[in-house]
Amino acid sequence: MMEPNWVYTEKVKEHFMHPRNVLKDEEGFKADGEGMVGNIKCGDQMMMLIKVKDGVIVDCRWKTYGCASAIASTSVLSEMIKGMSLEKAFLLTPKEIMKQLGSLPEHKIHCSVLGDKALRAAINDYYQKNGMAGKVQKEGAKIICQCMNVTDHEIEDAVLEGARTYYELQERTKLGTVCGQCEIPAKELLEKYIKEHFNS
Amino acid sequence: MKKRKVYLDNNATTPLHPEVKKALIEAMEVFGNPSSMHEFGREAKALLDSAREKVSSFIGANTDEVVFVGSGSEANNTVLSMMACPSKHCCNFQSVSKKIITTKIEHPCVFEAAKCLRDRGIEVEFLDVDEYGIVNLQQYKDILSKGGVSLVSIMMANNEIGTIQDIKALCHLAHKHGALFHTDAVQAVGKIPIDVNDLNVDFLTLSAHKIYGPKGIGALYVKKGINFCPLIRGGHQEKGRRAGTENVLGIIGLGKAVEMRTKEMQGEEKRLLKFKDLLKKGIAKNIPDIRFNGHPEDCLAGTVNVSFFGAEGEAILLYLDMEGISVSTGSACSSGSLDPSHVLLATGAGAEQAHGSIRVSLGRETTEEDIKYLIDVFPKVIDKIRQMSTAYGKKDK
Repeated sequence: MMEPNWVYTEKVKEHFMHPRNVLKDEEGFKADGEGMVGNIKCGDQMMMLIKVKDGVIVDCRWKTYGCASAIASTSVLSEMIKGMSLEKAFLLTPKEIMKQLGSLPEHKIHCSVLGDKALRAAINDYYQKNGMAGKVQKEGAKIICQCMNVTDHEIEDAVLEGARTYYELQERTKLGTVCGQCEIPAKELLEKYIKEHFNS
Repeated sequence: MKKRKVYLDNNATTPLHPEVKKALIEAMEVFGNPSSMHEFGREAKALLDSAREKVSSFIGANTDEVVFVGSGSEANNTVLSMMACPSKHCCNFQSVSKKIITTKIEHPCVFEAAKCLRDRGIEVEFLDVDEYGIVNLQQYKDILSKGGVSLVSIMMANNEIGTIQDIKALCHLAHKHGALFHTDAVQAVGKIPIDVNDLNVDFLTLSAHKIYGPKGIGALYVKKGINFCPLIRGGHQEKGRRAGTENVLGIIGLGKAVEMRTKEMQGEEKRLLKFKDLLKKGIAKNIPDIRFNGHPEDCLAGTVNVSFFGAEGEAILLYLDMEGISVSTGSACSSGSLDPSHVLLATGAGAEQAHGSIRVSLGRETTEEDIKYLIDVFPKVIDKIRQMSTAYGKKDK
């Protein structure tokens, strides 16, 4: 008998029903790097733990407060990164995860970007803890928009690339598009960087 | 093994009543245009009249006070839109409309229509609600007493949390200050007794598909003598109040649906209240860290809204769906927007409470076995999600 189409592809459904590498509290997983992004206010949060040997991710675990897309895409991601070098893993894009996953409805794609952001945070954390702080990207960067994980460095970059209004900043970075709490600090930074770089 | 299917989303829509289905199948033979004078037209007109009779008597209205429209959303839009009608040849409401009052928990069709009025220069006040979803009476009185309010639109029963407002009292206050009163009663009609004379409202919206009738048909009650301005112009149908050849089939379905409600409503309410009690107790007993939303008493018999902390609503919905259970959620993720339920947020619920909310809405086909099955499945699903949740179990850390 034909079942009506599921909201997501078969692969998403399969990973959603049987997510891989979910952290179980009782297993006592010892992580070399740990990353946490997003926040519950916005409806999704992601934690990624990685175990590293000779610059390669040998194992990982994750947890999420998130929807089916977040669960499925992170499950897929967790399978992709095992055996991957830190450098390569750091450059993984949501597009590549999506390719593995089949596809997601357009309005769900933003739910799936948390996994790779959490992964980068975990890799950075590993670098920090192992005396490789020089390798940390966006070193010293401060997260301004918790929801979309946008840092002050990215705001500065956006200004350098031409953003002059809050709207243009949002267009480039997507900051403040979820809960909107960062609007005031983001606007202050926007002004500060414009002044710093363009008004002498 | 055939998968068990349990439909518990009756506030979204309902399955056709078998009697409605029968009436619709019979009516499919009738194709005449009710506006035609010949036999085919007259046959359709007779069925239309009979349905109008049923719908109007169901809410205590006169037949010429009921306007058939395409949906509850259309009825609501019609009422709000007329407040901005500038035509001197029509109702010319705009000349007197300076301000309208509605609430923060309305259906989006009222919400958006109200925002559009604001863009057209009419002031709109959105009333706050308390933690149970009851409108803030003091705030309401304060705004009314400042004067200039031409219309108040407050929903009778909320679709998400089931909270029922005291429409009679709210309407009385509006009239006292010279404002018209509209209530969106889409979720209330056919579930609680409604008499427009007793309520004394000027406009009331109802819809067929929430009460086991077909989709695409609703009705707007317009009190006799009240100024009216059509949303769709250009035809004499519905006494010029809604142009377009009538949806004869839909109207017949709506007529039959309310007829069946007259017979079944009362017994059903008692049954659903029992199920609701069973469900709430079952959830509370088996699942920790939950919170029921909506008013504990002034609430629709079939509506249960509950938040599970540490679990995201869309994930809950889809895991339940896998078990054959259909419910809905106030989570942002399910809606395509990024914001969770505006209704729950208006009640002061936190983001986690709103994102983790599930609405179970029972109906005439719901059985005790359905409820027991849900009580059995719920804890497993919630436990599974909480085990992989970053927001649960590690609060002490």
